[in-house]
Amino acid sequence: MADASIPLIVSDIHKRFGNNEVLKGISLEARKGDVITLIGASGSGKSTFLRCMNLLERPDSGDILVHGEPISFRRTRHGREPADRGQLQRIRTRLSMVFQSFNLWAHMTLIANVIEAPVHVRGVPKARAMEQGMALLERVGLADRAHYYPAQLSGGQQQRGAIARALAMEPEVMLFDEPTSALDPELVGDVLKVMRELADEGRTMIVVTHEMDFARDVSNQVVYLHQGMVEEQGHPSEVLDNPSSSRLRQFLAPRGR
Amino acid sequence: MIDFQGYGPRLLEGALLTLELAVLSLLVAVVLGLLTASARLSRLAVLRLPAIIYTVIIRGVPDLVLMLLLFYGAQIGINQLTDMIYDRWGWDIFINIDPFVAGVITIGLIFGAYMAETFRGAFLAVDQGQIEAAESFGMSPWLLFRHIRFPLMMRHALPGLGNNWMVLLKTTALVSIIGLSDMVRVAAEATRATHQTFLFMIPVALGYLAITSLSEIGMQWLKKRYNAGFEEAS
Repeated sequence: MADASIPLIVSDIHKRFGNNEVLKGISLEARKGDVITLIGASGSGKSTFLRCMNLLERPDSGDILVHGEPISFRRTRHGREPADRGQLQRIRTRLSMVFQSFNLWAHMTLIANVIEAPVHVRGVPKARAMEQGMALLERVGLADRAHYYPAQLSGGQQQRGAIARALAMEPEVMLFDEPTSALDPELVGDVLKVMRELADEGRTMIVVTHEMDFARDVSNQVVYLHQGMVEEQGHPSEVLDNPSSSRLRQFLAPRGR
Repeated sequence: MIDFQGYGPRLLEGALLTLELAVLSLLVAVVLGLLTASARLSRLAVLRLPAIIYTVIIRGVPDLVLMLLLFYGAQIGINQLTDMIYDRWGWDIFINIDPFVAGVITIGLIFGAYMAETFRGAFLAVDQGQIEAAESFGMSPWLLFRHIRFPLMMRHALPGLGNNWMVLLKTTALVSIIGLSDMVRVAAEATRATHQTFLFMIPVALGYLAITSLSEIGMQWLKKRYNAGFEEAS
């Protein structure tokens, strides 16, 4: 049995799409309070890797342990599938994801989005979920938008709403899949500010991002992926300011920051 | 007041029968359509294949032929079965297919195939990201269907659904051939007896128009409900 105090361990993840091996054995360990940023060129496999962690993609091999509990798999004709649907759903409630395209449910108001999973998946009484949901919207600066539909909000507001929705699950690890990539530049700041606050209060976060400032200032570990493998990994001060890999130097250079 | 020459009450009963038949058939068709559409979109070939066969056959054969085939064919099949039971075990069983039930099942079966196509397209139009979000929060497939997939799908399905409903309503007139006294059959009888076609057929036409017009109100309500959150976007 692995160490139950570690929120998330993923080890030796392999994933192929047809003949294209996207992930060639990647491991990662997120300890409590870790903020890990995954960086790399597009096609490096960083988003796929993140999506393997909560099984939106099924890894072909490798293990995922949430607080020491391994997700069980079985082989089917369609490949490797989670063996126990109940376990999968339970584990997913502990890992909340924030998506690049927000993915708020368009037919529900913002507050309905926030309380949906707490009420119907975790069984929180509606009145309490409402109270907590409103407090979360307050936190991300959207209390006055609670009864708006997603389509009535800006991209930045939608993403902050999506973060509130993820927080409402009281997750142990938050997964961010390029949370600012779909936003207009002037809206990025508000979202990053919220994410910084989350990091400051000690939340465990894994963030796929192109925001090098965020990686440098906020994360305590940077993982640089190249063609489905970890090319370099470590504290941002080493990885970003003093990269040993020439590929990483090249990846960082043209940004001119 | 128009004198319906004593056919008034029966015409009214016929209209009620038409309405009952249409509403119950619609229920059967919607349930069948949802199940078939889901089966067609399944990863499992054992589900996909029967769904494809069902929609291809039903949509390719005239409604009238299906109606006769299902009503008389099913009765013959049941008779053979009960005969066999009598020969073998000596149990004497009589089962008569009730024309109303047969009508509901046949029309439901026919329109289930059309609904399946409508729903299939609508399910495919749903933004996959919102489905993934629901999965990532640990929703069970059934919860995800009721709270996310179905309401998001309905917006795309409504135009086709409304169309199918109108055609279905008018198809109920076919049940007169299996002996049900819907409003068309009553009017036809009255016309033959009195030779006053307009006296009976115009009220029938108006009867159908009344039902379709009333359902337009229902459609508007449904549109409002399932377009909530979307109209603001455009």
